[in-house]
Amino acid sequence: MYDLNFFLQQLSNGLTRGSIYALIALGYTMVYGVMKLINFAHGELFTLGAYFGYTILVTLGLAGSLGPPMAIGLSMIMVLGLVALAGHLLERVAYRPLRHSDRLAAVVSALGASIFLQNAIMLKWGAQYRAFGADLLPNVVFHIRNFNLPLVRLLVFVAAIVVMAILHLFIHRTRLGLAIRASAIDQGAAKLMGIDVRKVIALVFIIGPALGGLAGLLVGLYYGQINYNMGQIYGLKAFTAAIIGGIGNITGAMVGGLLLGLLEAMGEGYVSVAWKDALTFVVLIMILVFRPTGLLPERVAEKL
Amino acid sequence: MLQLIDLKVSYGGVEALHGLSLEVKPGELVTILGANGAGKSTTLMAISGLVRPKSGSILFKNERLDSLRSHEVVQRGVTQAPEGRRVFGPMTVEENLRLGAFTRLKGIEASLEKVFGLFPRLDERRNQMAGTLSGGEQQMLAIGRALMAEPTLLLLDEPSLGLAPLLVKTIFQAIRDINKSGVTVVLVEQNARAALKLAHRGYVLDVGNLVLEDSSENLLNNPLVIDAYLGAQ
Ligand SMILES: Nc1ncnc2c1ncn2[C@@H]1O[C@H](COP(=O)(O)OP(=O)(O)O)[C@@H](O)[C@H]1O
Ligand SMILES: [Mg+2]
Repeated sequence: MYDLNFFLQQLSNGLTRGSIYALIALGYTMVYGVMKLINFAHGELFTLGAYFGYTILVTLGLAGSLGPPMAIGLSMIMVLGLVALAGHLLERVAYRPLRHSDRLAAVVSALGASIFLQNAIMLKWGAQYRAFGADLLPNVVFHIRNFNLPLVRLLVFVAAIVVMAILHLFIHRTRLGLAIRASAIDQGAAKLMGIDVRKVIALVFIIGPALGGLAGLLVGLYYGQINYNMGQIYGLKAFTAAIIGGIGNITGAMVGGLLLGLLEAMGEGYVSVAWKDALTFVVLIMILVFRPTGLLPERVAEKL
Repeated sequence: MLQLIDLKVSYGGVEALHGLSLEVKPGELVTILGANGAGKSTTLMAISGLVRPKSGSILFKNERLDSLRSHEVVQRGVTQAPEGRRVFGPMTVEENLRLGAFTRLKGIEASLEKVFGLFPRLDERRNQMAGTLSGGEQQMLAIGRALMAEPTLLLLDEPSLGLAPLLVKTIFQAIRDINKSGVTVVLVEQNARAALKLAHRGYVLDVGNLVLEDSSENLLNNPLVIDAYLGAQ
């Protein structure tokens, strides 16, 4: 049973799942990088992305009218935009008014926003599972020798990686990206450079949620069903991924997400499915205890 | 060019500046001296808009800076190399310099060449992470970065702090050159002798109060200054 194909199966599943964790982790890490604050409502923004995707593809039936490729491409763009907007509103309502208050106030506000969003999602879309529908994507499976690669797995992985590559270029090659990195390193010094840090904060509260929302849509596509409280477990896992990579470190969040996905898939395949989630939290606790700055060496781990 | 009028700044109820007034004329190099905790950095941070004054006003070219946000102050042509340098350690020297020009869109390459002309060492270290530079090089970077905005007023907070005498000489020579090129400079220093040799005029602060203000020559010969800040030599 434990042959090469099985290993490749777990590997591809782990990388795909990991790329989803990485997308969500980026939102935690970017917001933390600039604000030194965990956006506790981030998991709910992820869920919101899943439900926006559901509404667009299933309820509005975009997949039926446009055909799968167009519909999925369009839904990704729409989800990115809609959750970006939601993130921006969240920042305006829950964080910006507390700019001059102490950290605890912002944390409480974040927790409140999280509970509010989760309940709002439940009221709007219901507490039961929602199915994306098996016919959304053509049920294509690529066969490479005995190794089976479902189209959806490839799609989710490629979408996540492409978006992360774009983010990487944005952060490292553009003027605004430079401003985000500078604000994460030293807000005061960034202000002395003439950077409007308030705008940078607004920007990370647009980009981070957009990425998390996209991850929600990808989960819907990959697993076929979503639930109003899925943001809790995904949020916790992505947060773990961010910690693995060193919170505040963008490259770290990507690497941490992929590592966690792999770890889970391998644990599931070679140890026990029942232990999958427990494994994540063992990792989280071990890292927090032994290497709270993350696994990447400082030199490689260029902060944001 | 720059005028502080009865400036009061406090941190959470504790007043750090008790009504400071001073003036800097175009083209001048003015130094602010004083012991640790005198309020020198607070003064510069208030000018740069990083701390809000409780009362009083800051005028720059007849415009009030004290109601502006920090990035707007930079846009007006006032930049700072802060105490402790605060370079962006995980970024390259060149990225640090480009950040200094954040408010500008054109002419950045020319400014870059100017800074490299002033500090050739930075040119050599162009692609090196700023955090790996020596203290002196980091100070050059902090000053170079502040110049990248092509400021009319440059604020320098203890540029000699922790540097070997030879490096202090290099830095101070550069400051003289910067001023000669037409940039007005406010130099905060604890190294009073070196600062007074460079500056046209000086102000002496003591725990949030202005105690002296005079030409550098007079301050160098003032018994009070000799006693408190120059030491026996
Ligand atoms: N961020 C701050 N919070 C609280 N108190 C501060 C802060 N910065 C400076 N102070 C206090 O203000 C006074 C002046 O400090 P500062 O301006 O740094 O003096 P200097 O630069 O002359 O050494 C000191 O008593 C210092 O403790
Ligand atoms: Mg100081």
